[in-house]
Amino acid sequence: MGTAMTVAVAVSAFAFGILVGSLGASAKLSHSLALNVVADVYTTIVRGIPELLVIYLLFFGGSGVASSIAAAFGYDGRVDLNAFTIGVLAVGLISGAYSTEVIRGAVQSVPFGQIEAARACGMSRWLILRRVLVPQTLRFALPGLGNVWQLTLKDTALVSVTALAELMRVTHLAAGATRQPFLFYGTAAVLYLMLTTVSTALFNRAEISANRGVRRA
Amino acid sequence: MNWQLMWDSLPRMLGGLSLTLQLILGSLALGALVAFAVALLRLSGNRLVERLATAYVFVFRGTPLLVQIFLVYYGLGQFEFIRESFLWPFLREPYWCAILALTLNTGAYTSEVLRGAILSVPQGQVEAARACGMSRALAFRRIVLPVAIRQMLPAYGNEVILMVKATSLASTITLMEVTGIARRMIAQTFAVFELFIVAGAIYLVLNFVATRLIKFAEWRLTPYLRVRA
Repeated sequence: MGTAMTVAVAVSAFAFGILVGSLGASAKLSHSLALNVVADVYTTIVRGIPELLVIYLLFFGGSGVASSIAAAFGYDGRVDLNAFTIGVLAVGLISGAYSTEVIRGAVQSVPFGQIEAARACGMSRWLILRRVLVPQTLRFALPGLGNVWQLTLKDTALVSVTALAELMRVTHLAAGATRQPFLFYGTAAVLYLMLTTVSTALFNRAEISANRGVRRA
Repeated sequence: MNWQLMWDSLPRMLGGLSLTLQLILGSLALGALVAFAVALLRLSGNRLVERLATAYVFVFRGTPLLVQIFLVYYGLGQFEFIRESFLWPFLREPYWCAILALTLNTGAYTSEVLRGAILSVPQGQVEAARACGMSRALAFRRIVLPVAIRQMLPAYGNEVILMVKATSLASTITLMEVTGIARRMIAQTFAVFELFIVAGAIYLVLNFVATRLIKFAEWRLTPYLRVRA
């Protein structure tokens, strides 16, 4: 049960992180100075301070911010974010900062000639994005995103401080109740190892399938 | 924004800085020793020893640091023979548990960085050293290791930043370093953002200093890359 919750948090946070990362990468690559600065500040701060602090920030401060945002839209009353939402937001924001850099690097490694060629063929901007830029970026970004996924998966363990019943929290309670901490934390470690091993294999397969059109040396 | 509170909280937070620094420097120093030993074991050529070293690296890179810390702090006390051994006075203290867990964690990551760097030393340089009559050990000490250490610095810089951030997990086993103090003060005052900013700034400064130091070491070790004036 705890493992399922861990996977749920990790997958949601990773997806949220990719969304944030795409936005962050577009902001970093845009010609607007303001957007560049905002994205730079975001990645520098989030990558430079401990994950645990970010989680505490959202855990203690998240509901207050959500309430004031809701108040701005004319809803009065308190909005309480549940532990799952807080966990996904916190880990997603951390994951997003790393994804931003990975995606930015991947976009920049798509040869500019390909985009010129697509434009010369008369493709619209949107079509170029969909047919040329995104598939190529995905191919370059996959190894980096694989690393981000591993980080995200392990960061979910920190969400246990918010009392969300994911793997680590359940283990902590069980270890306390049975007085066999080594056994339970050992089991948790094995479960995390299985998750990371399985996902490494999945990412390898995804990489092979994303590279299927590329000739190998 | 309560500026007065932020200003007042600074001395208390900085009080935790010494513990944070001890954790960082202690585990990095011990971790470097572990990493050196493990990297040598992985390159030793003995199948069994290589397996063991690989398994150690796999386990510590594949599990969250929080699990490792809890395993050491709560887990080891479960065993009678550890409670009765001479190690217990150390393993009873959260401080040494945190150092041990952080050391083993960074040792695993750093050993991979070091192994990659050792493998990246061009074989020709080793051959040349051997041809000059250096023994294997001397060639390793004078040629391979200096080149490898220079090579590994950028990747090691990432590891140092990870360790600066990882010390915050020591607060989960009751240690009052910067994050622990920040959490306690947040619980007392509910000034979430103010205290978050102060604590975050301390870590940003630490990371800034760490990256500068690594950059400086890199600059010192690569005189041949400097543009001659």
